[in-house]
Amino acid sequence: MIFGELGYYSLIFSILFSILLFFFIYQDYFIKNNNINIKIYSFCFLQFFTIILSFFSLVFSFLLSDFSLASVFENSHSSKPMFYKFSGTWGNHEGSLLLWIAVLSSFLFLFLLNSKKDPKKYRLLTIFFQNILILGFLIFIIKTSNPFEKLIPIPKEGLGLNPILQDPALAIHPPILYIGYVGSSIIFSSSLASMIVNFVSKIWAESIKIWVLISWIFLTLGIMLGSIWAYYELGWGGFWFWDPVENVSLMPWLALTALLHSVIILAKRNIFQSWTVILSIITFALSMNGTFLVRSGILNSIHTFANDPKRGIFILSFLIFLSLLSLIIFFIYQPQKKGNIFFNFSSKEMGIAINNWFMIFFLSAVLIGTIYPILLEVINGKKISVGPPYYNFILTPFLIPFLIIMTISVKMDWIRSSINEKKKELLFLLIFALFFVLMISYFFEEINITVLLIFFSSIFLIFSLFKDFFDFFRNKKKINIAQIISHFGFGLLIFSIAVCSTFSKEIDINLKVGESIKLYNYELKFKDLSMKEDKNFKSIIGNFNLVEANGKIFYFNPELRIYDQPLIMTSEANIKTNFFKDKYIVMNNVSGSDYYNIRFQEKPFMIWIWIASLLIAAGGFLSIILKRN
Amino acid sequence: MLGKKVRSRAIFIFLVLTSLILTAYILFKSLEENVVYFLSPTEIYEKQEIHFDKKIRIGGMVKKNTIKHSAESINFIITDFKNEIYVIYSGSIPNLFAEEKGVVAEGFLKDKNYFLADKILAKHDENYMPPEVNEALMKESKQ
Repeated sequence: MIFGELGYYSLIFSILFSILLFFFIYQDYFIKNNNINIKIYSFCFLQFFTIILSFFSLVFSFLLSDFSLASVFENSHSSKPMFYKFSGTWGNHEGSLLLWIAVLSSFLFLFLLNSKKDPKKYRLLTIFFQNILILGFLIFIIKTSNPFEKLIPIPKEGLGLNPILQDPALAIHPPILYIGYVGSSIIFSSSLASMIVNFVSKIWAESIKIWVLISWIFLTLGIMLGSIWAYYELGWGGFWFWDPVENVSLMPWLALTALLHSVIILAKRNIFQSWTVILSIITFALSMNGTFLVRSGILNSIHTFANDPKRGIFILSFLIFLSLLSLIIFFIYQPQKKGNIFFNFSSKEMGIAINNWFMIFFLSAVLIGTIYPILLEVINGKKISVGPPYYNFILTPFLIPFLIIMTISVKMDWIRSSINEKKKELLFLLIFALFFVLMISYFFEEINITVLLIFFSSIFLIFSLFKDFFDFFRNKKKINIAQIISHFGFGLLIFSIAVCSTFSKEIDINLKVGESIKLYNYELKFKDLSMKEDKNFKSIIGNFNLVEANGKIFYFNPELRIYDQPLIMTSEANIKTNFFKDKYIVMNNVSGSDYYNIRFQEKPFMIWIWIASLLIAAGGFLSIILKRN
Repeated sequence: MLGKKVRSRAIFIFLVLTSLILTAYILFKSLEENVVYFLSPTEIYEKQEIHFDKKIRIGGMVKKNTIKHSAESINFIITDFKNEIYVIYSGSIPNLFAEEKGVVAEGFLKDKNYFLADKILAKHDENYMPPEVNEALMKESKQ
């Protein structure tokens, strides 16, 4: 159909526009004036237009179930709900790559419109570097993963979308995550450009801060959505598995968080030029690295839906090329140090600098845990897996000083801050937090010391910010409300995770219909089974009564779904949430017997993990809004 | 004497280097202690020294007609068509756990033929086989 052709030729045209842009940028670069040639604007717009057109052609092909396209045939089905046809566009390798390019080009277009105040050469070079990225990915998509590839003869029906991907949270997870990932591309391009024209300064930091914030907010939300999905859909009740695919999204987040803070220091104090540039490069390299690891099929993971070495090699070479390019530029045009790089020990920037190093440590730990198994296998063929014990062991102890330094440096002032003024307040908060932790350790004896210290340091942070928040409403002092909300969210996140993982209860049992069993203070009755038919799946629903000691009954209906295209069985957990805890039941049939495998879990503070993540992102959002006004 | 600036810079570089070395040491030390090795039944059979206190993963096929259920646990045999291992497991089973399908079990060896699993790894696609299993099977079938 027409959309296939339209999409494909739009991509070809956008390659042409890319090449023309290089030519015009070269021409315009040596003309001394303050305005970018109108041709560059028009071709940027044309490129943006053709790429978006191509993306929507693919969307329409999916909506109309045009099975003459291989990507639609392999990942869709005519009987699927409209929403999942739509999200099926990026639920596969080819489509998600096109989405990646669409975001690349949208960010360039937005940058062009929003950077009118910046120097001409800097803007031109940013467009130049961003276009290298766009061109690279355009060649990649056309060479190795054309979403508009034709099938002859045209199949009557598609193969369907993997049912575990048919889920609202996961449907919007890729676009949100990609805005975060790809948002870092414009930071990368602009930092290379600003090094060359010697523009790494306060003004530059002010102008890229918005891009850092946007990517950071979307990356935070994207990771959260993926995590929520894992929690209820994968049926294990965990929300973070330290799976390589999760790690590759966490690594850019850590780098981006460090970058966000160092950009703020650069904007305020005009120090940390090189460091900020290095972090910009690292962030984008890690986003690319994420794409490489996921797309190459190197990882043994359920997320890996592509398995073609050609693709991996292309992305890897492109990644190496970009890294070399940035290294060369960095060594030739390394930002000149202005002013004194040594600053006062008791100041906000010192606290941020130390925590920046902590974040780099966390990042290295995750990076090594992720790639070490791959390297080991390449070197001596040994198969290993690095799981939660490694990460818990290596990350948890360092979170304690990290949280304490965070608490103190949020309270500090720039340049020079006398700790004496804050001493009383901090001491009061410290005693308060200590009292709280002693209470916990009194009631629950078996908690180990590291976990207690995590409780202590996160409560210290939470109380401290709570007090600032309170002071703000009594109008006693001016505060940065966006900063308070994000850091409060982080404290709450660590606290909730600690509570949830320390006090969770979990039990697996095999039950037959009609049986009941005592679990902790509850009695679980397996009443009966019922059947239901939906548009694209049949489900077997288990009816359970969970009776509390005081006679209160909870009704649970976990499901087993049998999807018909493709034929796959999934378990749908049933979760009862309140502000204190989640009760979670998932069931599974045991093949060839009357038993059903039931997993019951009680997860305290689960909802607060999601609320905390939302608060972290909300702080960033607020910071953008407050800045605009 | 060295200038103040030079000295403080030297201290700075020294600190950075020491912390780098320390970091690398901590990372690799904890990595060494916390990784889980993946083995096939034949590799276990041929292995000279076995650590019974170290967690490992075993991969292979679930042998036909060997799954037995009780209220508390599931027993089955993992095979790579040369050697086999008897597995006892209590816990939740992934949807696609079935006879003559690939499986990865994590837990502790009691002896060379007897494995106490505490986790059966999730697989969500009928055709999906963990690369580890695929490779172990390929390797065994070649020999």
